[in-house]
Amino acid sequence: MAGAFAKFGNDLYTGARSIDFVGKRRMWYSIAAVLILVSIIVPILRGGFVFGIEFRGGSEFVVSEVADVEEQLATDAVNSVVAEANPRVSVVGSNSIRVQTEQLTQEESGQVRDALAAAYDVPVSDVAASFIGPTWGADITGAAIRALIVFILVAALFMALYFRTWKMALAANLSLFHVIIITVGVYGIFGFEITPAAVIGFLTILGYALYDTVVVFDKVRENTAEDGDESRRTFAESVNLGVNQTLVRSINTGVVAALPVASILFIGAYVLGAGTLRDISLALFIGIVVGTYSTIFIAAPLYSQLREGEPAIKAHTKKVLAARALSGASAK
Amino acid sequence: MKKAWRSLAWLGVITVGLTALLAGGVLFSTATWAPKLALDLEGGTQIILAPRLESGQTVTQEQLDQAVSIIRDRIDAAGVAEAEVTTQGGQNVVVSIPGEPDAQTLARIQSSAKLEFRPVIYTDVATSSSVDSTSSPTPEPTDSSSPTPEPLATTATAAPTDASDPNWVSPALYDEYLNFDCSTLEDTNANVAPADEPLITCEQDGSFKYILGPVEVSGETISDATSGLVPNSQGVSTGVWGVFITFNGEGTEQFAQVTERLYGFPDTDPRNRFAIVLDGAVISAPTTNAIITDGKPVISGNFTQETAKVLADQLKFGALPIGFEVQSNETISATLGTTQLQSGIIAGLIGLILVVIYSLFQYRLLGTVTIASLVVAAVLTYLVIAILSWRQGYRLSLAGVAGLIVAIGLTVDSFIVYFERIRDELRDGRALEGAVEAGWKRALRTIYSSKTINLLSAIILFFLAVGNVRGFALTLGITVVIDVIVVVLFTHPMLQLLAATKFFSSGHPASGLDPNALGAVYRGRAQFREPVVAPKSGASREAAKRQTIAERKAAELDAASTRTKGKDS
Repeated sequence: MAGAFAKFGNDLYTGARSIDFVGKRRMWYSIAAVLILVSIIVPILRGGFVFGIEFRGGSEFVVSEVADVEEQLATDAVNSVVAEANPRVSVVGSNSIRVQTEQLTQEESGQVRDALAAAYDVPVSDVAASFIGPTWGADITGAAIRALIVFILVAALFMALYFRTWKMALAANLSLFHVIIITVGVYGIFGFEITPAAVIGFLTILGYALYDTVVVFDKVRENTAEDGDESRRTFAESVNLGVNQTLVRSINTGVVAALPVASILFIGAYVLGAGTLRDISLALFIGIVVGTYSTIFIAAPLYSQLREGEPAIKAHTKKVLAARALSGASAK
Repeated sequence: MKKAWRSLAWLGVITVGLTALLAGGVLFSTATWAPKLALDLEGGTQIILAPRLESGQTVTQEQLDQAVSIIRDRIDAAGVAEAEVTTQGGQNVVVSIPGEPDAQTLARIQSSAKLEFRPVIYTDVATSSSVDSTSSPTPEPTDSSSPTPEPLATTATAAPTDASDPNWVSPALYDEYLNFDCSTLEDTNANVAPADEPLITCEQDGSFKYILGPVEVSGETISDATSGLVPNSQGVSTGVWGVFITFNGEGTEQFAQVTERLYGFPDTDPRNRFAIVLDGAVISAPTTNAIITDGKPVISGNFTQETAKVLADQLKFGALPIGFEVQSNETISATLGTTQLQSGIIAGLIGLILVVIYSLFQYRLLGTVTIASLVVAAVLTYLVIAILSWRQGYRLSLAGVAGLIVAIGLTVDSFIVYFERIRDELRDGRALEGAVEAGWKRALRTIYSSKTINLLSAIILFFLAVGNVRGFALTLGITVVIDVIVVVLFTHPMLQLLAATKFFSSGHPASGLDPNALGAVYRGRAQFREPVVAPKSGASREAAKRQTIAERKAAELDAASTRTKGKDS
């Protein structure tokens, strides 16, 4: 089977086998448009994204004078009142338990206090309840967004200089937005909580998606630059060839990058339940799959489309097609 | 060949160097062989800060948010420890940091760092209770220059005209000054004297007592502050630590005006001196030797390297809107149990094994080069993280562990890009050694440009973002740099060496670089062949034929069009 895959790679390289990524772009665009719309509309219909307590703040309970600092007791006590509350439990000092949960109502808060008091066998007066502010406040979000905008601008500038055409930078960035909207959208669609770990996952994906596009575009640049005027391939065909030639790389890299993430996701989600590992690996898994897909199906066709209108390329395409029609006629 | 061995030698030097650095740190300093873990995995200390409020005073949410943001900046400036800072009950600020905070760290977090520049009106050696001290303060103001204000006489004369005017000293104030006990400085609520009123205070160590005029330049006009060794007028370091301040335009102007006025007093007059007041206590009160117009004064006092850096960081990020005091300071256990870390590591190992299997399946024996490269990358990453955890206070959080596992994918991609390029060159009919070199040249360009994107994101996020994002950016940056080092100094030299072995250069089917399997016709060393389209089906043969004809026609057409312009199409 590996042999068959190598053969597949050979055919893609020589052009004996070619998948028409660039030509069928209307179809890929339509799929992307539908996915983006779903990623935007469904979360809105669901009432927006669910943010973790790190963003919104929440309720905090401190149980003091505890004889047995067993953390599981607190988790069970909170879950008995509010299912799926996913509390953060820690031991403070030598005999206190700190429990942080999402914002609870007055009534729930009272019940949790009673449950905690019962679980640790202390009087209710030893369970103090208060509310906590976000650890990931607006100032962190603001700084992160600023950094993101600067990064996208600098990366675009770098790509424009390196590839010597701003159209590659534009295509890469449009593809990037496509990836990010869908990745974040999945969280909104399924109502997964957005935690700092998930945000860090999104940031990683940002870098990964651009990285993947640059690798493929570098081959495309090589092909179109070496082509020159004498080429018997149209510009779109050259771009398509580049994508095909790097397809084996894209598949291998996608698989290799996704394997460890998938294993974290599996362990994180099925063995441990909700938590940091699931939050970060889910974002990464979706992002890697969509990012690899987007480079091939969105970035490359977009780039080709952006360039096809240029007079020189238009003239060249016309000539190639004319020659092909002529030879086709004479071959009969 | 030689070059390959040299690259490997360099890699050896780097690895040994890093190991030696870490070993030195472990033996002679505070380093540990294992990287330190972050709050979520190891726990740390929870410090609850309560605002120091006078009766009736309340704290607003806005002030708290501002305080949280400033405290976070201050902690970030000390390293990348990923602290958690939040508010509690609309009243307190809760800071959770990994490990045990020392006195420096506590000072860094809680002190308000309100800096004021006030002119000295009168000063004297502090004595705990004496009223009639006759000993002179340092810059020996002699009695003839009569620095001692005659309070009762002067007060009545006029309203003060400038901040150095002795008319500020009312009898009541002078009385208060005489009775002021420097040992009580800590107890008095520091930031209380309003900016437009004189202030009675002492040197931080309690050695001198001062009457200071109203604030002339406030800390809010500081645009930057750094710490360093103070040079003397010849530019030679004096070995004294100080804080270098840069004022903004407003501060520069105010500072120039004040120094101009003070410079007018003889340097024996206390009014020639300028007090730098931090949280109500005088850090130092230097004499004015020149008019400072560039807005860049240096504060020197009894600083150590560490205290100078703490003050510089505090001044840079501004004063806290309110003073705080530590209400409780207790250890806190990890929010995520050890099971999370163990599961994460197990998941990473499973993922790694899958990657190994896939690599061997795809690249046969070449896959072992991938695995060996990953091992080298893992060793280097471990060393660098352990060193950073010692020098920069870096802490590995669960998100960081996940990030490192994910980095496996990005690292392996460099090898995949490289191997695929070699295969492409083999398909073009090159011999293996030539293919390795030619493929390397092309692959390197791609690797450099794509890694630049990743490095850019790491650097920009590290410098512009705050909190957890910085720790993440550092992890990303480390893995990218190590990835490039490994592919240049390990993977490529290894392939150069392997290409010279008979097993690989003869294109053994299990080598992963079998030219026949790659559709190339191999004719022996250094012999080239044009790329060959391996005709497979009738359709593709037909396509190939048509294309050749098409090419001929196109050439004819081209020739025709150059002969007779505009006659084509």
